[in-house]
Amino acid sequence: MAFGAFGGSPATTPASDAAPRRGGLIALFLLLPGAAYLSLFFLVPLVSLILTSFQAVDPNAFEIGKFVYAFQWQNYVDVVTTYWPHILRSFGYAALATVLALLFSYPLAYVIGVKLRRFPLLQALALTLVIAPFFISFLLRTLAWKQIFSDEGVVVTALQALSLLGPADHLTGTPFSVIFGLTYNFIPFMTLPIYTSLERLDLRYVEAGGDLYASPASTFLRVTLPLSLPGVVSGTLLTFIPASGDYINASRDFLGSTDTAMIGNVIEANFLQLQNYPAAAALSIVLMAVILVLVGAYVRRSGTEDLL
Amino acid sequence: MPRPLPDDPMIRSLVLQARRAQMSRRAVLAGATGGAAALALAACAPGGSTAPTAAPDESDTDKTLRWANWPAYLDEDDDGNHPTLDAFIAQTGIDVSYLVDVDDNNTYYGKVKDQLALGQDIGADTVCLTDWMVNRWIRLGYTQELDDANIPNKKNLAPELVDVSFDPGRKFSLPWQGGFAGLAWNKEKVPAGLESVSDLWKPEFKGRVGVLSEMRDTIGLIMSEQGVDISGDFSEDQFQAALDVFRQNVESGQIRNVKGNSYLDDLTNEDTLVAIAWSGDISVINAEAGDKWQFAIPSGGGALWNDNFLIPIGSTHKKNAETLIDYYYQPEVAAEVAAWVNYITPVVGAKEAMMDIDPELAEDQGIFPDEETLSKVKVFRALSAAEEQSFSTAFQGVLLGA
Repeated sequence: MAFGAFGGSPATTPASDAAPRRGGLIALFLLLPGAAYLSLFFLVPLVSLILTSFQAVDPNAFEIGKFVYAFQWQNYVDVVTTYWPHILRSFGYAALATVLALLFSYPLAYVIGVKLRRFPLLQALALTLVIAPFFISFLLRTLAWKQIFSDEGVVVTALQALSLLGPADHLTGTPFSVIFGLTYNFIPFMTLPIYTSLERLDLRYVEAGGDLYASPASTFLRVTLPLSLPGVVSGTLLTFIPASGDYINASRDFLGSTDTAMIGNVIEANFLQLQNYPAAAALSIVLMAVILVLVGAYVRRSGTEDLL
Repeated sequence: MPRPLPDDPMIRSLVLQARRAQMSRRAVLAGATGGAAALALAACAPGGSTAPTAAPDESDTDKTLRWANWPAYLDEDDDGNHPTLDAFIAQTGIDVSYLVDVDDNNTYYGKVKDQLALGQDIGADTVCLTDWMVNRWIRLGYTQELDDANIPNKKNLAPELVDVSFDPGRKFSLPWQGGFAGLAWNKEKVPAGLESVSDLWKPEFKGRVGVLSEMRDTIGLIMSEQGVDISGDFSEDQFQAALDVFRQNVESGQIRNVKGNSYLDDLTNEDTLVAIAWSGDISVINAEAGDKWQFAIPSGGGALWNDNFLIPIGSTHKKNAETLIDYYYQPEVAAEVAAWVNYITPVVGAKEAMMDIDPELAEDQGIFPDEETLSKVKVFRALSAAEEQSFSTAFQGVLLGA
């Protein structure tokens, strides 16, 4: 049931209960393309990745990037002991960016999905504006922020004039700019699912809340928010999962510096620069495992009303 | 009972070769049916450490050539044509496809290494790569030996580039273009300029220093500053001493930017005021963004690197590639390229030829360095695989803050 959350629809009913049993063979047949697709494009690479993560250096002839198949589980110990700060940092940054994106996106989605309902043209325009950043490559948008935050740029000069920033302080290459970039880049992914939820919200419920003498605040907390939760859950997942593996924003070439490297940057360096494929593969598996555990726990919890 | 092998050595080796091919095909098939795990194995490079053998040369019957190179590394007119290359095609009838495929040594290597290990075609018949990467290809037997008879103009190679540590006598590689790593600064914000690498560590530049993510350039310059000969047989301790200086300055925030090609953005938006930089780039941004920057070789010495022609082991157009290399080793052609790309040309006589094209460029130390300039720069020596691994792991560790 947990993954019903991805649908973004508050009214999904389990239709399978009503389906007759004898369609089993046809159902299996219809599953075939999907299963073939998954095994070819997910299972095979995954198995290859797992095998790579246990590889060891060629004992006969040492050469960079040359490894043989082995069962060197120490690879995992090595990467976790070397890079645990990066793993923690990744999830910390991603969590912060997710919360910030939620704070920006919820009101935005609420205005578009609820307040603009009476003006379809305006609503369509607002939605287009949310998607508008996608018309420019996200690499270019991120680079543009680097330019805006540069030392001699308007933002830094203004903040320095207001004494909010010391004369020697800067914004690019700091955790601030990395989290900013992550938040900025993922806001549309947060806004759209929440909008889908709120757009279907039956306003008569809200009205009924008012009729029953609930204050607007408690109507929101007890009616609107719970009904939009599926959107919030899918929005946070769509933000948190890619953000924790992101390597563009935190990259030294974009908004990051040597002390903001996230797990994606470590994997990139090990894979492309050091040709240490086992370490890169082991880190990828660790990243995948941690995300699975975190997301599993989160979805389980948000599936109930305990979240509130 | 298999038939005995024929006596004729030629046929014998052919039969053996055919058998090997059959074996590997069977192995691949077995892998495919044996489930995903085996398939993954078959898809990866073989673990064997035997060097691949060179592909047969079909140049005499097939007049084509594929040349992989870096961006903005060949003369280009406003319509995107390459005048020198077009002249070569007209002259020789060899149809050259010029591929701008290389934007990073490591990434390119990552793309082609599996084919190289199997001796297969990598989609290029000649490719230009930097010294240290060339060193690795030669070490692994991934290149074909050049036939000097096809490259008579090899005699024009600058004498100091003949006996390099990774390819003494230039049997496998020939330089295409080169450049210096040195110091650069913003003339408006730092009117006093820089003398040596240690000037970068002055307190007033805190947070405004940029260095290159190319280990041999950044660490090479620091080592030279410490009096180490980077082309000589330096020790691991000497490397570590320079790395410590680098690490300290990164951790203290003195160095804020450590980048590859994108360091130019930091110079133009002035996040970086003083930097370790590549010579050719500084002339380019001075031309593009106002004459604001100055480049100099530091007093302790600079680094010199070259990108070199190689013929990959799987290429079937070796002679065509050699014809192309020979063509670009004519001084007049080299001068024409140098006038456009602004890097150091390895061809002796190009300077004289440049006098006819643009006498001012002929005096540019960044393109035609004189004896005095050359005496101040060194080529980083070839590293063994173990050294390369340990040095670059340590260097990347600093970059990742690990």
